[in-house]
Amino acid sequence: MLSYASKRVVIGILTLLAASIIVFAVLEVVPGDPARLMLGMNATEDAVRALQDQMGFNQPLILRYFSWLGDLLTGDFGKSYTYSVPVIDLIKERIAVSLPLALISLALSTIIAIPIGIFAASRRGSTADTTAMGIAQVGVAIPNFWFALLLVYIFAVVLRLLPAGGFAGWENGFWPSIKSLILPSVALALPQASILARVTRSSLLDVLGEDYIRTARAKGLSRRKVLYHHALRNALIPVLTILGMQFSFLLAGTIIVENVFYLPGLGRLVFQAITQRDLIVVEGVVMILVATVIAVNVLVDLSYAIVDPRLWSRK
Amino acid sequence: MSRKFESLIGNRSFLIGTIITLIVALMAGLSFLWTPYSVSALDIVAKLKPPSISHWLGTDHFGRDILSMIMVGSRASIFVAFVSVAIGAGIGVPLGLWAAARGGIVDEMLMRFNDLIFAFPALLSAVMITAIFGPGAVNAIIAIGIFNIPVFARVARGAALALWVREFVLAARAIGKGEGRITLDHILPNLANILIIQGTIQFSLGILAEAGLSYVGLGAQPPMPSWGRMLFEAQTMISLAPHMALFPGLAIMVTVLGLNLLGDGLRDFLDPKLRYMR
Repeated sequence: MLSYASKRVVIGILTLLAASIIVFAVLEVVPGDPARLMLGMNATEDAVRALQDQMGFNQPLILRYFSWLGDLLTGDFGKSYTYSVPVIDLIKERIAVSLPLALISLALSTIIAIPIGIFAASRRGSTADTTAMGIAQVGVAIPNFWFALLLVYIFAVVLRLLPAGGFAGWENGFWPSIKSLILPSVALALPQASILARVTRSSLLDVLGEDYIRTARAKGLSRRKVLYHHALRNALIPVLTILGMQFSFLLAGTIIVENVFYLPGLGRLVFQAITQRDLIVVEGVVMILVATVIAVNVLVDLSYAIVDPRLWSRK
Repeated sequence: MSRKFESLIGNRSFLIGTIITLIVALMAGLSFLWTPYSVSALDIVAKLKPPSISHWLGTDHFGRDILSMIMVGSRASIFVAFVSVAIGAGIGVPLGLWAAARGGIVDEMLMRFNDLIFAFPALLSAVMITAIFGPGAVNAIIAIGIFNIPVFARVARGAALALWVREFVLAARAIGKGEGRITLDHILPNLANILIIQGTIQFSLGILAEAGLSYVGLGAQPPMPSWGRMLFEAQTMISLAPHMALFPGLAIMVTVLGLNLLGDGLRDFLDPKLRYMR
């Protein structure tokens, strides 16, 4: 168990390090001289050189990388050019919108998809199965931001049940805030649920074809018991893999869907930062998201070991 | 062969998928020769008109014909998706084949490289690229293409590993063929099916990704019409002209659905073993 777990964690940390080198290379090295960027086109050579010395931009790249990395690790993401506040504060404020949104959508899609997948697999070939999978086929093809627009039209413009956009703010109460997250999370969850339902169904069908399932039935266990006690647990591994991959798509989706609902999350922050060429904010958001994706993948790898105890002893 | 062909035509997913895909391709092709209206012609008098005889899918806030814009917009979607699949397959497949042929440290490094790229969803790469070089269709292609590399590498490697233990590879080794020769002569031809299927899937994901990127302004730039951009413009008009939001989204959905059905049908036909995987 320990060796499997520690190997996964070490790989995760190494991946994160490599990712940080990419982000550093792309956002710190490629754009050119940050001192000149900060001071503008008309800055004198002396002023540029003075700022370079002061900020340490003259040091060799490798040293700059390590001091940048050290700052990140202590939570110092630098200061936004446009907002003049520490990037970490901006991120903290915005993540209070994006993270609940991603988590609610993930929960919603899991709650919808797994029962549907199990149901469809247990009644393979029935009308219910065909209908559910037909809907899932369409659901996979629907772009979440378009679905979001349709939801806005139906529930906000026509029925006037829910807000069309904006965010109440957690400090103004739990319910108003949740209310502004309902439509966005439904929009995000539907396409994800479609994929998840299909994976659950096909993975369960694979397992149901195995010899040990026939054995279990032969020794007199009911279909139900075999399905829930023998098949489901074994069918979970591919489902977990997809769940992990979906989380990264959900984060990306969150960034896009936030724009439909004018939610003040990480997505709006990063797009505003792009238009204002506030690279340090872009860098901070990208690092946070990449770290989340990697952490989730490590967690998924670790959860394999809980579902499949054989992994504990391997390697 | 003819019997096989019959079973392919008898496959409902394949048939519907092919018909939809052909219609979309024809529509894109036709847009180069003819569209009902010019997409650059503004007609403020006829703005925000719902669907009618003269404008089948209505007009937008500048009075442009939505059907014409959808036709021209399909070019951006198809072009971006196609080139990014080509980039992904062109780099990913050789990498996967190499890893499968060599094994050991090369293989291990490739898998770690895959993990690394998977940590950057296409949207994040697009965000970084755009932050530095500015938005545009080319950057969307690069971002989606980069994300396709590990997908193709993984698929090619997995399938190639299974082939390397087969007898015909052993026979090829016995007559003295090297790793490279075997890969080209025996492994790659046997991977064609699985790569075509994956290509179809990535193509449809590429259409969705392009739409998402151009919706948030990181894709094709105006005046070049694109489906995602049309949805962005529709957003502020949603209460006045919901048809502006309806039709471009339907175009994306139908195209992606067609490609997915085509992919499913091809998989059932070319690789029955894979039927329930995905």
